[in-house]
Amino acid sequence: MTRRFDAFPYLLLLPAALLTLTIVAWPLFETFRLSFTDASLRSTEEYVGFANYVEIFEDDFWEVIQRTFVWMSLSVVFKMIMGVIGAVLLNAALPGRTLFRVLIMPPWIVPVAIGVFMWSWMYNGQFGMISGVAQKIGLLSGPFEFLAYKQSAFIATVVTDVWVGTPLVSLYLLAAMQSIPKEQYEAAWVDGASRFYRFRRITLPLLAPAIFTMGLLSAIWTFNSFDIIWILTEGGPRGATTTMIIDTYKTAISRFRFGEGSARAVMILICMTAFAAVNLALMARRGRKTGAGK
Amino acid sequence: MIDKYKWWEKVGIYFAVACFLIFVLAPFAEALMVSLRPIEAVFRAPYRFFTPDMTFQAYIDMWTNVPGLARYIANSFFISCAVTLLALACIIPAAYSVSRFDYMCRDTILMAFLAVNMIGAAVLIVPLYKIMLLLGLLNTYWAMIIPGAAFTVPTGIFLMRSYFLRIPKELEEAAYVDGASRLYTLWRVILPVAAPGIMVVSITVFITAYAQQFLFALTFNSVDAYHPLPMGLYQFFGREQVVYNELMAASLMGILPVLILYVFLQKYIVAGLTAGAVKE
Repeated sequence: MTRRFDAFPYLLLLPAALLTLTIVAWPLFETFRLSFTDASLRSTEEYVGFANYVEIFEDDFWEVIQRTFVWMSLSVVFKMIMGVIGAVLLNAALPGRTLFRVLIMPPWIVPVAIGVFMWSWMYNGQFGMISGVAQKIGLLSGPFEFLAYKQSAFIATVVTDVWVGTPLVSLYLLAAMQSIPKEQYEAAWVDGASRFYRFRRITLPLLAPAIFTMGLLSAIWTFNSFDIIWILTEGGPRGATTTMIIDTYKTAISRFRFGEGSARAVMILICMTAFAAVNLALMARRGRKTGAGK
Repeated sequence: MIDKYKWWEKVGIYFAVACFLIFVLAPFAEALMVSLRPIEAVFRAPYRFFTPDMTFQAYIDMWTNVPGLARYIANSFFISCAVTLLALACIIPAAYSVSRFDYMCRDTILMAFLAVNMIGAAVLIVPLYKIMLLLGLLNTYWAMIIPGAAFTVPTGIFLMRSYFLRIPKELEEAAYVDGASRLYTLWRVILPVAAPGIMVVSITVFITAYAQQFLFALTFNSVDAYHPLPMGLYQFFGREQVVYNELMAASLMGILPVLILYVFLQKYIVAGLTAGAVKE
């Protein structure tokens, strides 16, 4: 049977393709091109070769990369821990779990920026809740301005990011958990396995692929996280929370150095692609191993 | 019987749930308390969760002190609705195409859309800014709508595709036998059957668009009248003396509509969120 060329499916793709090409693909190409120029608000731009890249590495760029990966890893690890705990709790067959499921979602539903406004008040040293409660129970001896010091600001931005991400991870892992066949649990239960033992020997291993997939997705989103840090600290104090995204935005938009900003953006793309590739390779290898073990 | 819990297990679980919820809801509770205090009581140490002088005054004053508040909330809704419509117009035909037809490069195209998910809007901010400048869209609603839609399309296509794949092919074949055109079939036969899926996709896109208006508004818009809520409030947030009780009242006011929407539509929202977790 010969197949004639059929334009219909391509026509259906047209709107999506057009939008994605103008807003994602073309800018992506432009980012690479601009990164080799000295583009700014001036209407002309000149080709400058690798000058931008040389310049950013003479800066403290390695430090920014390191900080970004530490920030991301901390945030993703805690999101996964909170997510597993949340999923286990949501999965418990006790009265009230529907209510629990409803109440867990708001951080993800409300606009990120508005959630962050609330957190910025929570972190207020003199009048905020965290400092106030910590003083009351004796953890702090006096007011503590969380966003004013390098380490505490770093942790504070991570905590807020975990807060935003936890609901989604919990629900996703809950769905994965519920697709584990019930027979497995029943068999173990008949054999007298305790609840904790069943969790460790059945739930966790079978949940591992979902945790890994979600972790990778979550890492990519966290890498791109902008609103939280920008509103809480704008990358401060003294650069302590300046991740690659914040750094790029400051260079490009706040200082109008489009060329150098693009070079920094290209570095983000390279780092992220490398990170994703390494993880996908690990996942594939792990998949082969367990496949062979059976 | 497997679901039977010993009393100490019950206590432990409920205790853990309580801790979890405190972490999740504390900012909301605190925002509510702050919004109910007069401003002198907001800036008062030592910290107390309940104070005796609770009042709704901030909810009245905010409308005059944040003059654009109603406008910001309306803008947020308008932008999210426009994003949803534009995104759906792209998602539905594209998802139908990749789920029903077999053609050259289909899987490559699908993977390309998936790869878009890896790229954050902030990374592309420079060329996006230049494109908006070039098209004369800076400081218009479009500068917030078009990019907003573009970044929700890939996820939308995957989500919608999973619903189209569940519709049996025989349905279309029957329509073709009756002489219906392919466009007519999509419009009058497939879309009604896919309505629950479209509902899930629309709500997911809407919520995403509502949650992520900040970056585009911050970068592409400086006209106060067009600002969505997060950006409108951000301007007040940056001031020397932040009037926290009114800011919190306005924040809560602005998120109330989505929270109500969520309570009623949570079944769909959860379905959209978790679609990827269960393999078809």
